[in-house]
Amino acid sequence: MSNGTLYDNVWDKHAVTELPTGQTQLFIGLHLIHEVTSPQAFGMLRERGLEVAYPKRTHATVDHIVPTADQSRPYGDSAAEEMMSELEQNVRDSGIVFDDPTTGNQGIVHVIGPEQGITQPGMTIVCGDSHTSTHGAFGALAFGIGTSQIRDVLATGTVAMEKQKVRKIEVTGELSAGVTAKDIILTIIRKLGTDGGVGHVYEYAGSAIESLGMEGRMSICNMSIEGGARAGYVNPDETTYEWLKNTDAFKDNPERFETLKTYWESIRSDEDAEYDDVVTIDGSAIEPVVTWGTTPGQGIGISEPIPEPESLSPEKQETARRAQKHMRVKPGETMEGYNIDVAFLGSCTNARLPDLRAAAEIIKGREVDPSVRAMVVPGSQRVKAAAEAEGLDEIFREAGFDWRGAGCSMCLGMNEDQLEGDEACASSSNRNFVGRQGSKDGRTILMSPLMVAAAAVTGEVTDVRELEEVVSA
Amino acid sequence: MSDGPADIVEYVSGTGIPVRGNDIDTDQIIPARFMKVVTFDGLGEFAFFDQRFDDEDNQKEHPFNEPQFQNANILVVNNNFGCGSSREHAPQALMRWGIDAVVGESFAEIFAGNCLALGIPTVTVSQEDAEALQAFVDENPDAEIDVDVAAETVTYGDKTVDVTVDDAQRKALVEGVWDTTALMKANANAVREKAKSLPYIQDHEVPAVKDD
Repeated sequence: MSNGTLYDNVWDKHAVTELPTGQTQLFIGLHLIHEVTSPQAFGMLRERGLEVAYPKRTHATVDHIVPTADQSRPYGDSAAEEMMSELEQNVRDSGIVFDDPTTGNQGIVHVIGPEQGITQPGMTIVCGDSHTSTHGAFGALAFGIGTSQIRDVLATGTVAMEKQKVRKIEVTGELSAGVTAKDIILTIIRKLGTDGGVGHVYEYAGSAIESLGMEGRMSICNMSIEGGARAGYVNPDETTYEWLKNTDAFKDNPERFETLKTYWESIRSDEDAEYDDVVTIDGSAIEPVVTWGTTPGQGIGISEPIPEPESLSPEKQETARRAQKHMRVKPGETMEGYNIDVAFLGSCTNARLPDLRAAAEIIKGREVDPSVRAMVVPGSQRVKAAAEAEGLDEIFREAGFDWRGAGCSMCLGMNEDQLEGDEACASSSNRNFVGRQGSKDGRTILMSPLMVAAAAVTGEVTDVRELEEVVSA
Repeated sequence: MSDGPADIVEYVSGTGIPVRGNDIDTDQIIPARFMKVVTFDGLGEFAFFDQRFDDEDNQKEHPFNEPQFQNANILVVNNNFGCGSSREHAPQALMRWGIDAVVGESFAEIFAGNCLALGIPTVTVSQEDAEALQAFVDENPDAEIDVDVAAETVTYGDKTVDVTVDDAQRKALVEGVWDTTALMKANANAVREKAKSLPYIQDHEVPAVKDD
């Protein structure tokens, strides 16, 4: 059993009592809500005549269904309009802050929390969304919950939970050029499996993690759930504090920053913390990763061959065969040269300012391949505004990208941004499940923003490192 | 639904339905486009929708379409069932289709937690037992299966196999405390004290004591 890790420290500070089931009643310091998973929970509260217990520790935005082109109300999709109206009513009735699109603060819930400094180290954070693990990048204990648990948190400020094991994942060495945080996490999932993290919380550590900025750490923690781990975190350090210092929460309140910093320092994993297990990965050996299949664990380095199903462990073989049939790929080939129809740069994994900057570097002076429909969906209105202030929107537009409003968009196809028919999409998102991007015959290839940019301009899966060489030659 | 104690779920009896495959994610159980709703009512008909119907809404081969399984209430699955999105719409859709219990090799955590919140046991068995039970259900769609949550067994035909039910889940179901809202609300004072002890919580954010 783990001892002295950040997970243990934060857990202990938030544990209220033990319930008759043996579960712990855990206080939740921040509850983020959005339009898709909260309306039923508010309905359950109304049925029981209960009120929101901690409205001031609850924060709402709209992201899943929000249109990213025409955002005028009422929304063109009446179902989306109904969900938005329902959320507006619920937050008004309960006194919950709501970053709707008129505020300039709207965006994907896992982008806006960190950018406003609402997300802080040492907090417990929940949201009815599995990618809540993102907030672990700040040293918070953050995890996704279902709607009945949202009801519990709304009504009581707590959840019932069992303590999990802690696995330390040390990524050593230095990343080589063209390799990003996304490639690290896809490598981790490939190595440990999509169910490898079940029952575990992942602590990401090591030089390759520590040298990442907050956005890279968020990309990694974001996809913990794709590895089966409900939560993942990075211990807070100077990089974390620098980020926080400049957020709304602290920029005019240095005293509060200093007070809380003492707390943040106190919850870091101890030097001699004990872990349930430790996995080490050589970061310098990682190359850009792309997926060939229909689970995020089905990834390969761009130069590696797609595996023969028979070469995989027995329980993975049938899934691999089905995936290869769906994706129309052959074992033995690499993914390089795989034709794409759509390039999607967006999602809570990779739609923050550095992601857009890095992609723009690749795009600059090039054009989107005529066979490709390419779009950028910034993670938040603030990301969008900051990118426009730097002129990134011009670079993308000139190259032929569609520059859209903030939201979840084509990551899950709940608004009008969807794949059609059997389109193949180079996507900076997090899930390549069959049907995920809105078409059940659609094909998703997960990759970093850099690789999405490269694929957009060539019309096929491309090693971004080779693209750069062509330019410099 | 009342605010009182939930029902006791010591065992589930009925007939089975097999859905084969590892890593069946919640996008497959309920595609996102069916989540544009503000209640869970009516989700049952959309369970596994894209596996069950083609573009012209013609039925495809899927256990949820087969007549012999239409009254089944015990779903038998393989490894890492329910991975991906945290959407409670997934177990809600299964429950509203008619599923009362799921037997499988393993489950994604959020999915299992969501099932528990609905009083649906997710019991785990070995790979061999999961496959054997699926084969049995195919051969004997009308045969009764007993999932004994308290005793941690599944009985079918003339066989009884040991299964695992997570300790907290077993206690919650067997003692009828799986609806946690009332249980946790009773500790409101302790929760307030806990909140006040945290340096990042400000006094005005903690609700005043109320008689409720």
